[in-house]
Amino acid sequence: MSALSQQKDLLELELPSDPRFLAEVRRTLRDWSLQHRWTAQQAAKIALAVDEAITNIIRHAYKCDPNNRILLTVRAIRKPSEGVEIRLRDFGQFCNPEQIQGRALEDIRPGGLGVHIIRAMMDFVEYAPAPGGGTLLIMRKFRASKAAKPEVAKNAEPRKRSANQ
Amino acid sequence: MQNPAKGLRINSAVRESGPVVRVSGEVDLRTSPQMREVLLRVAHKNPKRLIVDLSDVSYMDSSGVGTMVEIKRLVERGGGRLVLAGLQPRVRSVFEVTQLDRFFDIAKDINDATHL
Repeated sequence: MSALSQQKDLLELELPSDPRFLAEVRRTLRDWSLQHRWTAQQAAKIALAVDEAITNIIRHAYKCDPNNRILLTVRAIRKPSEGVEIRLRDFGQFCNPEQIQGRALEDIRPGGLGVHIIRAMMDFVEYAPAPGGGTLLIMRKFRASKAAKPEVAKNAEPRKRSANQ
Repeated sequence: MQNPAKGLRINSAVRESGPVVRVSGEVDLRTSPQMREVLLRVAHKNPKRLIVDLSDVSYMDSSGVGTMVEIKRLVERGGGRLVLAGLQPRVRSVFEVTQLDRFFDIAKDINDATHL
């Protein structure tokens, strides 16, 4: 895993599609979030969302082949509201949001939970085909966030699309 | 490559109430297969009650939660019951966000788990 750029409000990492690096990415995200005045609880939620997103890339875009690239960009944002924007770029098979939208929560089985967790942790989630192939995932979380409260997710209908919110 | 993730620590013991599997560390895509392997081995013995002590698990993602769903199904097919014990707040919140806190028997600690 290598840092491409680390400025005050910007962190850029390149990592292999290898699950061995997930713990290090989580630590890096938590440290960055704490340095940018997120609470420990918020930092843990940001790290969880990124972990789930990278897990989906490894599983769906790269079919568990650990020898591919993932680019992670984390940027502090000021507008429209103060928060963080996270971009994850892969170069694998485009992950159609319809295919990775996750299952209905009532349909209890082992897989398909990652997308629900990402949407519960973040305020904005968008998947798009990346220029040149692969997928660009953009996630945003705002300080005045309503996301990530379990009781909110409990009462909400499972969202079926990644929508601009 | 540097700083690869550490593995989980997993210990199994048999108590009066049945088998207890204690997991310690962080459960993610890398480590959940290790946990799954141990839990499958215990679950295949058709225990009446299988307690998984998660009090030393500081992190769990959807791959760990998914493993628990699979093990619960397996234990119940054998006529038994899976009880999760000692979830730290951040681990518990993952079950809550996925609404699986309603699906699992979750005990405060090992002692409570033996009475559920």
